[in-house]
This record gives sequence, structure tokens and C-alpha cells, in this order.
Amino acid sequence: MAAPPRSPGRIAAPGLGGVGDSPPRPDGTLKVTGEFAYASDLWMDGMLWGATLRSPHPRARIASIDIGPALATPGVHAVLTHEDVPGEKVYGLDGTRDQPVLAIGEVRHQGEPVALVAADHPEIARRAMEKIAVEWEVLEPVTDPRAVIADPEGNRVQERGGICRYQPVRVGDVAQAKRRAEVVVSGEYEVGIQDQAFLGPESGLAVPAEDGGLDMYVSTQWMHNDLRQIAPCLGLREDQIRMTLAGVGGAFGGREDLSMQIHAGMLALRTGRPVKMSYNRYESFFGHVHRHPALMRYEYGATRDGRLLYADVEIVLDGGAYTSSTLNVTANAASLGVGPYEIPNISIDAYGVYTNNPPCGAMRGFGAVQACFAYESMMDKLAAACGIGPLEVRRRNAVRQGSRLATGQVIDSPAPLAELLDRLEAMPMPPPPGPSPDIRDLPGGASQTTHGEGVVRGVGYGVGLKNICFSEGFDDYSTARVRLEVIGGEPAALVHTAAAEVGQGLVTLQAQIARTELGVQRVTIHPADNRVGDAGSSSASRQSYMTGGAVKTACEAVRAELLARAGRRLGLDASGLSVRDGKIVARDAEVVASIEEILGGDAIEATREYHHRPTQRMDPVTGQGDSHNQLALCVHRAVVDVDVELGLVKVVELAAVQDVGKIMNPQALEGQIHGGTAQGLGLALMEEIQVTGGRVRNPSFTDYLIPTILDMPPMRLDIVEYPDPHAPYGLRGAGEPPTLSSTPAIVAAIRDATGRPLTRVPVRPEEISLPGGAA
Amino acid sequence: MEFLRPASWADALAAKAERPGAVPIQGGTDVMVEINFDVRRPEALLDLNPVKELAEWDVADDGRLRVGAGVPYARLIAELGDRLPGLAQASRTVGSPQIRNRGTIGGNLGAASPAGDGHPPLLAGGAEIEVESARRGVRMIPAAEFFTGVKANALRDDELIRAFWIAPASGPQYFAKVGTRNAMVIAVCSFAVALHPERRRVGTGLGSAAPTPRRATAAEEFASAELDWTGRRPLDPAVARRFGELAAAAASPIDDVRGTARYRRHALAVLARRTLSWAWNDYVAGRRAS
Repeated sequence: MAAPPRSPGRIAAPGLGGVGDSPPRPDGTLKVTGEFAYASDLWMDGMLWGATLRSPHPRARIASIDIGPALATPGVHAVLTHEDVPGEKVYGLDGTRDQPVLAIGEVRHQGEPVALVAADHPEIARRAMEKIAVEWEVLEPVTDPRAVIADPEGNRVQERGGICRYQPVRVGDVAQAKRRAEVVVSGEYEVGIQDQAFLGPESGLAVPAEDGGLDMYVSTQWMHNDLRQIAPCLGLREDQIRMTLAGVGGAFGGREDLSMQIHAGMLALRTGRPVKMSYNRYESFFGHVHRHPALMRYEYGATRDGRLLYADVEIVLDGGAYTSSTLNVTANAASLGVGPYEIPNISIDAYGVYTNNPPCGAMRGFGAVQACFAYESMMDKLAAACGIGPLEVRRRNAVRQGSRLATGQVIDSPAPLAELLDRLEAMPMPPPPGPSPDIRDLPGGASQTTHGEGVVRGVGYGVGLKNICFSEGFDDYSTARVRLEVIGGEPAALVHTAAAEVGQGLVTLQAQIARTELGVQRVTIHPADNRVGDAGSSSASRQSYMTGGAVKTACEAVRAELLARAGRRLGLDASGLSVRDGKIVARDAEVVASIEEILGGDAIEATREYHHRPTQRMDPVTGQGDSHNQLALCVHRAVVDVDVELGLVKVVELAAVQDVGKIMNPQALEGQIHGGTAQGLGLALMEEIQVTGGRVRNPSFTDYLIPTILDMPPMRLDIVEYPDPHAPYGLRGAGEPPTLSSTPAIVAAIRDATGRPLTRVPVRPEEISLPGGAA
Repeated sequence: MEFLRPASWADALAAKAERPGAVPIQGGTDVMVEINFDVRRPEALLDLNPVKELAEWDVADDGRLRVGAGVPYARLIAELGDRLPGLAQASRTVGSPQIRNRGTIGGNLGAASPAGDGHPPLLAGGAEIEVESARRGVRMIPAAEFFTGVKANALRDDELIRAFWIAPASGPQYFAKVGTRNAMVIAVCSFAVALHPERRRVGTGLGSAAPTPRRATAAEEFASAELDWTGRRPLDPAVARRFGELAAAAASPIDDVRGTARYRRHALAVLARRTLSWAWNDYVAGRRAS
């Protein structure tokens, strides 16, 4: 079947850049000019539009559903409920199949899908949906995650129970250390629900195929994992479903879970017609999981000079009704619960629980982001209690290569935290505010709330540690197929993976690697689909590492074959040959043949998997184990101007130092650090899905605010390259760490300006400006 | 849904008289959002874009500006910013550049949201709204009487907003708005002040702090009486503070997703105090407007 119009095709990667360069993005011009085909642009003649009826209640029993009037609506082709799910009726991540495709007798969160409609036009589908009569028995929702821990049985919202994962970490003897501590500080911290707020809403197209299977065009982070969940629910074999990545408009973790995939598949199978589903912004807020909100209690003991002796920590993460990524989010919070600091005695209790609050799962830096806000706040508290500076207290406790994490895992590649902090300290400070500044440079910005009155400057620091790639024993790998042949008299490489380009620039990087490894200029990126092996997810900062590693490995195999042929042809020892600028080169740099001469009409193709080294599960009792593959550090300094009377904040500058092992693409890397930092700024100052009684109060971009260009300041970056010997090119995943450390740095700067405790993010103006805070 | 495109103002009034349920649309920055979110399904849309005179402004015989309901914010800033500085400041806080290119004060008035950014400066400046119906002709409604409830205004079913009338600034004017983002944000609360030295009056308007935009009349009376209009003595901080308290007292704010009632009162007091200080400092220095 031909691909539908308005779906991505092959991308010719322009530019000549190899590894370390910043060639133009192959999808850049299309995206900037509005011509890029996102999933919401998918179109096929004769297609139907699907719509989803969702629960208005956080928790209710479904007494009855009457689909008759909806089905009788002219232009409606199908109305489906859970009874129509052809195969398994539940799905989920990590083998936890606990999420109903469509609600079965009960709903457990607001917005849970209940029924589907397919119609000729989206408006007909919407109106038909309103005719589906559901009789609800509304139940009291479980919304207090601490109550779930106190009484998991009494607050059970689904079969798996109240607690999804409890992960303790035990190191040394905390009780004994408490007796020795000269300084003790404690705090309670809270992180609100952040949303990925990607701009491209959930969309996709399912097309029935002649073999009874489906062609699916989906906007996802991990096609093969989607397929493993979709196929059993549709009652199809995996080889009956051909998946192609549609244009992804941002992800940030929010596309790790399925949204409309199975639903569109059901409607397409039932009607025999192509079915498109595309959420609007309102529905999108209910169509994907969010960042787990967290309640955290921390107590640290230290010597008088600020050396940490113990940490006693409780972290509670609310995952909502279904498992999603909560198992891994909890593990991250536990294993990274005290960050990149050496602490000899540790007790961490991390809980991921089920409630009827909005479902939460993966979002950039998951688990580590929440803990980072707490442990960095604690480091500042400790510094103040010991009378030393915030940078100094961090340096005194900083990990380095050879240090042990809370899990007992020894850091076996560079972790130069003290140096990163030194570099941060050495960066120049922004100038103080001028005498008559532009209002856009002041708190309140264009809204003109001050001409300088009440404005106080503050400076704060943050440090974050994030695991890179999948952890805890998962066999994490990616697959690449690389083909080298002569096209139009010129050697050309075709790179084919299933890895999702979600905006991070992976397609650019794949071409850079192919150019560097094969010595060719012309590289084409095949559309990502499942005709090649699994690439794993575009998450955990892992694609440069994993798919980059797979492309590199496949290219090496192609190159080895090319050189072997050249050796045979030319009667030379292949081990002395290499490729450069389209030529075969001998050890003395003499050109001995062109690639096209060696290839002739043949193609060389290789498919390779790249696996990272094995990791271990955390011990269920002690939390010990080499659970992570790689760790990455980022440090931030925030300079803010706070209007202390109104509680409004202008972030004046954010400076960051990050060790990335190897700079693969300077421009894309800086973009990742800028973007991660901005997302952390959003969490610090404005981004929150507000929930009351399990109901979302602000499901729109009118009231879910993300930073604008007037909120995000210029950045000063210092990027450091200490290669990781275990990683391809020595690179270190870079997308998530900046998201961790910018949030606590900004909040610390506001504390510096105001003297307020600010234990919750996002910080509300009330907490800064009103006597006694927001209470 | 029908889409009506009258070619002239007379046709528009006739269409509205015939179809009282038709929702007028100009820039579409508000109406289209509601339709796209399925918040409202009007029986018909009445597109006013072809009515070119709505996008014009002129100076009336009495010296006031008559600004057509279809003049977008961007033009208001560029063409009338010197004469209506308070309204221009408010217009700069509306949405993004794209929204300011399309959105209009007429649309703001039609929606009559308590958070509409254009409303406080119209109140502070003593504007009148010119509305018209095919049957009864023109009616002039003072801004202070235009807003009748949450998202409700004094328009009758067959009436359309033709223009607003407002005197060019005779003294300094300021607008300030609190939002939890530094641009492109709906008001948590807002405040406008306008000095009218020829009448020795202070005009005010507050937004997003009551079911409707409204004046803070007690604050106006207090400041008008306390300020030294002839001697132009600097503002007594105690007067500024009291003005702020009275402005806050005029509000009836609620707790909602954007902020608490307590914070809104607090912030209004700060905004009123600051904007009066800026305006009075300008006046003392002989500056007419910011």
C-alpha cells in the first residue's frame, strides 16, 4: 500500500558535516516554513475520523452505556466499547498490562477512554459521541498518595493495589550517624504535576490492509514497544501491523505510553476504512501521562564543616491509576535520591503509588527531576547551617570517578563535579540592572508591573545527576541497517532505523555518523518503520548513545566489507586501508581507489544491533546494585530579579556547565541544553497541571503556562568533554541533565532574593509576596 | 453553522436584526478558540471583516477619538499610542504579535471578559461605547455601564458595537497587569490609571478582580481630592498607599486557577500605588504621558 500523502518520506540529509560538526537539520527548513508533515497532517482519501468519549469523573462505576442513538447518527460508521476490543483488553508498559483499552465497568481517572466513534467528519464524530448515554455511579476518588501508603488496601484503586513500587535504599547505619552529626537540617518538598506540553497533539492514521492487518502511521517515541502493546489488543500478529513513524511534534516522555494507536486500529478493522484520530489541545491534556507529582521529606546530618554523614529520605510519587512508567520513575528517584554526593549512611524510602489523580509516567528526567529539587534545596540548607557557600558545600561532598552512588554502584567513568562547579564559579556574572531598564527586562515583563520598585536580585545554584539509557537489567539495544551503493556515479549511504526523531535532531546525527564512518558525503535517512529491528525509545537521553552506536557499528561492518573487497581487488592488505572523502586510502594516505570503483553496481548492506553493557536490578531490600549504564552531570547558576512585593520573577541569566563526553553536534547539543533548561525553568516558575479532587483545572495553554522568550533568558554555556570509555565516541547522553538542575538553581536564586523557604514548585507569586506565603 | 458576510455596516445591522443569535466575529482570536474547543456552537457567525469602516478611526467634532470596533491592537499601538497611552500599554500585553495583529477592542468588548485587557483603560479614560441596531439606531453606553456580569455586556440582541469614543489623554496614563508569565498571559489582575488634570480627576479601572471590569470610585474620589493639582507637590507615600488600599477594596476577587482572592487584593493595592506614583511623577515633571 502506498504511503498516504502528508506522511514523512525519505530525507536527504544536506550539508557535509561529520561527527563534531553542525550541519543543517534535514527537517529544519520544512519545520520552520510550516511544510513539515506532522502526524496531525496525515490524510488519506476516504478516511474516517475517530473520536474518543472520555470519563468526566476521576472515579466512577459505569452502570450502563447506550450507544444506540450515537450509532444511528447519519455519517457514523462505528461506535465501540470495551466489548469490541478484538484481543487483550488491557495494555501497559514494561509488561504491566493494567490499563484498559476502553473502560471496563469502571473508570479510574478523569479523561479515561470509554467509547470510540468513527464518522465521516470530526464534527459528526464529536456530536455522535455526545449521544452516547452513560449511566455513572460516581465514587469518591482516592487522591492522597500518603493515605495510600498508610492504608494501601483501603485505598486500592485497581487490582495491583495501592502501592505500585516501594524501593528502599539502605547504606551504612543511619541511626548511628544521627548520634554523631554536628549539624542536622531537614525539609519537606513538593513538586506539582508538570506536563510535557508538546505542541503536536496525539495523532495517527490506521489503514486496513488486504492481509487483514494494518498499516499504521503513528507519532510515538518507540514504535516497536507500541507494536508489542497494539498487536495483542487488536488480536493481530505483530507481523500483520506495519508501523511507520509519522511526524512527531515533540515528545519529552509523553509519547512513551500509547494514546490513540489501538483505538484507531479498532475503528479501522471494524469499518474497513482508514481512520485518523487527532486530539485537540484540551483532549491532549487527558490523552497522555504527565510528570509524577512528588511529596518528599529529607533530613541530612553533617559535620560542622559541611561534610555529609547521613541522609534520611522519603519520596512519594503519585502515578495515578495505572502503572505506566511508575516502576522506573520510582527506581530513579530512589537510586538518585541524594544526587551526586558522597554520603556514607543513607536511608531512602521511595514509593510510587496508585491514585485517581491524573495518570503520570515518563517525562524528561523522570524521578531524578523530583528528587533533584529536594536534594539541592537540602544542600543550600546545609550550606547555610554550616556557614559556608552553596558551591563549597557541594564541592566538599561531590562525587568523582570511583565514588559510590547510593546504590553502591561505583562511578567508572569521569564524573568531574568539583571541576564543573569551579568552572561555573569562574563564569562572569551578568551586569546589575541599569538605571532605567526596558520593562521587558524586569519582572512582569511587558505587563509593566514595576519600573524597578521592589526588585531584588538573587543568585542560586543547582546540580543534577541523571542516568542515561535504560537501567535495572533491561537488555537495552538499538538496530541500524546501513546500505552503501553508487547512485548517479556517487557513493551514497542509506541509513534505516526505527528510532524516533522527536525533534532532538537524531536524523541529523545519523547522517553525520554515516559520513564520518563511511567517508561519503551523500546520506539519506530512510523513514523510521518496523521493517528494521527495534531501536528502543527516544527517551532516557539514549538515542545518540544507542542508535548512534548502532549506526556506527553497522557503518563499520559496511566499511570492513568495502575495504575487504578493495584489498582483494587491489591485492593489498585490507587492514591497512581506510576511507576518506569517497576514496579508499592506504596507510601512507595515498588514494588507491574510489569507492565507486570498488562497489561498481553492487551494494553493501549491514544490519547491526548495539547493546550497552548489562545492568542490574536494585535489590528490593537494600536498593543496592549496578543499576545504571551511564551517569551524566549538569550544573546551573541562576541569576534572577524578583519583585518581592508582587512575587513576580525575571530570570536574568542561566549559566550551565555540562560534561557530555564528546560533542557530536554543537548546535543540536546547545539546543538540548537550552531546551532542557527552559523546561526546568517552567517547572520552577509556572508549569503545573492543577488538580482538585482528581480533576484537572487548567487543561489548556491559556492556563497551563510554558515559558515564552521573555521568560527564558540568554544562557552562558561551558560544555566539557571527558570521554566515557564505555560509550560510542565517548559520548554522554545530554538531553535530560539540564532539566534537573535548572529548577533548583532558579528556586535557590529566588530564596536568595527573598529569604522565603519556597519548598514547592512551581513557585507561586503568593508564596513570595504574601505575609506567611500562600497559605 | 451559517457564515454571514455582510458587505456594509447597514447590511451587518440588518443581518443581526434578522439573526439575533448570530455571533459577530472580527479577528476571531476569542470566538474561534471557543468554537474550536466546542465551548459554544453559535447558530451563525457574522463576519464583520468586510465592513471596512469598522477598521477606521477619526477625531470627532468634540475632539474625542472615535475608534472603530475593528481596529486591531497592533494598529492602536502604532497609530494611537501617543494619544491613548494607557490603552496602548494594555494592548501591548495582549497575547502575541499575531494575536495583536488580529484582535480588536471591539472583540474585547463583545466578549466582555472580566480579564479583558482593554477594559480598565477604557474605564479610566471615561470611554463611551457606540452601539447600533437597525431598528433603534445608535446608543452611547458609558464604559462603566457596559459590563453587566461575567462575560455579559449591555448589548441587546440586535445591536452591534460600532466604535468606542474616548478623549485623547490630557494627562499621564498607566496600565499594569499581573500574570504568572512575563508575556502572553491572561491577567491575574490588572489596573489602569488616568490623570485628567483639566478636571482634577483621577480615573481608574480594574480588571480580573471582580465579576466585571469596574472603576475604583472611592479611590478616584480620594486621590482626586488629595493630589496637589496646581502646586504639583510630589506624591505623599501615605496617599499612594491609601489609594492602593481603596483600589483593592473596590475589588470582589475570587480564588481560581490563576490566583487567590487574597493575592489579587494584595497585588491590586501594589499596582494602584505604583501606577499612581508613575502617573503623578510624570505630571509633576510636566510629562503628559509615559
